[in-house]
Amino acid sequence: MSATSTLRPPRRGIRTPHVLLIPAIVILLLGMGYPVIWQIVTSLQQYGLAQQFGKPAPFVGFDNYVTLATNPQLWAVVARSLLFCIVTAALTLAIGTLLSLLMAAVGKVPRLILQVSLLLAWSMPVVAAMTVWIWLFDRRRGAINYLLDMIPGVNMNRFDWLSTPITFFAVASIIVIWMSVPFVAFSIYAGLTQVSDEVLEAAQLDGANGWGRFWGIILPMIRPVIAIVLLLQLIWDLRVFTQITMLKDAGSKSGEYDLLGTYIYKLGTSSEDFGMASAVSILVLAITIALSWFYIRSLLKDDEA
Amino acid sequence: MSRRLAKALLGALAVVIALLWIFPVYWMVNSAFLPTIILQSFIPTFFPVSGTLSNFTGTLADGTFFSALGMSVAVTLTVVLFCLLFAFLAAVAISRFRFRGRKSFVIAVLVVQMLPAEGLFIAQYKMVASVHLLDTVIGVSVIYIAAVVPFTIWMLRGFVAGVPADLEEAAMVDGLSRFGAFMRITFPLLAPGLVASGVYAFLQAWNEFTVALVLLPSGSSQTLPLWLRGFVQASATKETDWGQVMAASTLVAVPVIVFFLIVQGRLTSGLVSGAVKG
Repeated sequence: MSATSTLRPPRRGIRTPHVLLIPAIVILLLGMGYPVIWQIVTSLQQYGLAQQFGKPAPFVGFDNYVTLATNPQLWAVVARSLLFCIVTAALTLAIGTLLSLLMAAVGKVPRLILQVSLLLAWSMPVVAAMTVWIWLFDRRRGAINYLLDMIPGVNMNRFDWLSTPITFFAVASIIVIWMSVPFVAFSIYAGLTQVSDEVLEAAQLDGANGWGRFWGIILPMIRPVIAIVLLLQLIWDLRVFTQITMLKDAGSKSGEYDLLGTYIYKLGTSSEDFGMASAVSILVLAITIALSWFYIRSLLKDDEA
Repeated sequence: MSRRLAKALLGALAVVIALLWIFPVYWMVNSAFLPTIILQSFIPTFFPVSGTLSNFTGTLADGTFFSALGMSVAVTLTVVLFCLLFAFLAAVAISRFRFRGRKSFVIAVLVVQMLPAEGLFIAQYKMVASVHLLDTVIGVSVIYIAAVVPFTIWMLRGFVAGVPADLEEAAMVDGLSRFGAFMRITFPLLAPGLVASGVYAFLQAWNEFTVALVLLPSGSSQTLPLWLRGFVQASATKETDWGQVMAASTLVAVPVIVFFLIVQGRLTSGLVSGAVKG
C-alpha cells in the first residue's frame, strides 16, 4: 500500500474527518476533560463539608498544595507509593525477561505449557485474583502458611501477613507481579523472536558464550520493548487501588497501609475534603503524564511510520 | 553437559514455573468444589476428589448474583456498543484523512488513555452526582466509554489503515458510491479488528472496580466486581466461607478468561506495537 493513497485531502466543502471525530471528542470531554478541569479548579478552592451542602467554595490559591507539601503523612504516602511502584515494576521486568528467555530456550511442548499457564493467570479479573490470593495467604487455613510451615525450622503457623506494613506490601507486590509478569514475558518474547538466528549463530562461531550473546546482541535488540514495558509497568503499578483496597478489607484499615489511590479515596469519602483530594489527584495525574511522555512519543513514531 | 540435557532441564524448569504460576487459578476452582467441612480443616486439600456443587448453589441462593450480573451485562453492552461506534468513526477519520488538528487529536487520545481512574474519581463522582446519575447504568457507562475509547481508537486505527484505500477506489470505479464501497469492501475486512476491540472494551467494563465503587455507592446497583467484594466482606463478618467465596470468584472469572483468550495476541501487539516492530 502506498502511503499517498490513504492520505486524501478533505474534499472541498465537506468536513468529513471532523464530523467523524465529534462523538469521540464529546465523550472524552464529558468523561475526562470536564473532571480534569473541575479538579484543577477545586484544588485551588477550599471545598470541605460546608461546600457539600451548597456553600460557595472560596478560592484559596495554592493553599491546598502548600498544606500538602508540608504534610508528612502525604509524603509518607507518596514515598511508599513510589517505592512500591519501582520495586514491583523492577521485579516484574526481571522475572518477565527471564521467563521470556526461558520460553525461547525450551522446546515446543514446555513452551506451550508455560504460555497457557501465564495466559490463564493474566486473564484473571483483578477482583477474583485478589480473593484467591487473600485465601492463599489466610492466616489460619491458607495454603501458603501450610506449605511454608512444612519446611523444617520454619514456623509460619498462623503467621498474619497483613498485620505489618512490610509483609502487607510484600503480599501486594507478589500479587501484582503475578498478574503483570505474563504481559511482560509475552511482549519481550515477541521481541526475542525478531532477533535473527543467523546473527546469534555467527556470534557463537565467533566464540561468544550464552552470557555474552545475551548482553552483546539480544539485549540491545530488545531494548525498545524493554523500555516500553518498564514504562507501562511503572504507570500501572501506581494505580493499584483495587488490590490495596481488597487487601485492606482483609487486613488493617489503618493509614500506614495506604498508597496514593486509597489515600485520595479516604480524603474524598471519609473527611469530605474535596479540595485536598483534588490537589493529590492532580499530583497523581502529573506523575503519570510525566512518566507517560516517552511512551506516547514512541507510539507517535509508530503512527507516523 | 550436553546440549540436549541442558534443554531437557530447562524444559522441566519451564513446566515447574508453569505449575507455580497457574496454582492460584487452580486453587480457586479447587476450593470452589470442596465442601465447607473440608476447607475448615487446617490441612489443605489439594484435589477436589470429594467435590460438591453446594458452594455454587449457596452462592447463588440469595439472588444478588443475578442482579449484579444484570447490571454488569447492561453496563458492558452499553460500553461495547458506543465504544465501537465512536472509536470506529474516529479511527476512520485519523487513518483515512490528513486534516488540521489530526496530530493534536492523536496526542490527546494517547494522553487521555494514560490517565488513571485514581486521579479522577473524585471529580467524576461530583459530576455524576450533580446530574443525579449515581447508581445508574448511564452514569458509570459514560465514564467507562471515555476511559476505553482512546485505546479502542488506537487499536482500530491500525486495522483501518491495513485495508488498502486502493481497494475501495477500485470498487468506486466499478460504480459503487463512496459509502457503498466502504460498507461492502472495507467494513467486512475490519470485522476481526472490531471483534478484538469489542472484546477489549468488554473486558475493561466487566472487570472495572475503582470507578464502579465510587459511582455505584448503593448496594442495589452493584456490578459483579463490587458484588464479589461485598460477598467477601459479608462472609468475613462470620467465619469467611472460602468455598462460597471461591465459587463466586469462579463465576465472575470464567467469562473473562474465555473472552480474554480470544484477543490476547492483539492486546500485546497493540500496547507495544512500535517497539516490537522496531
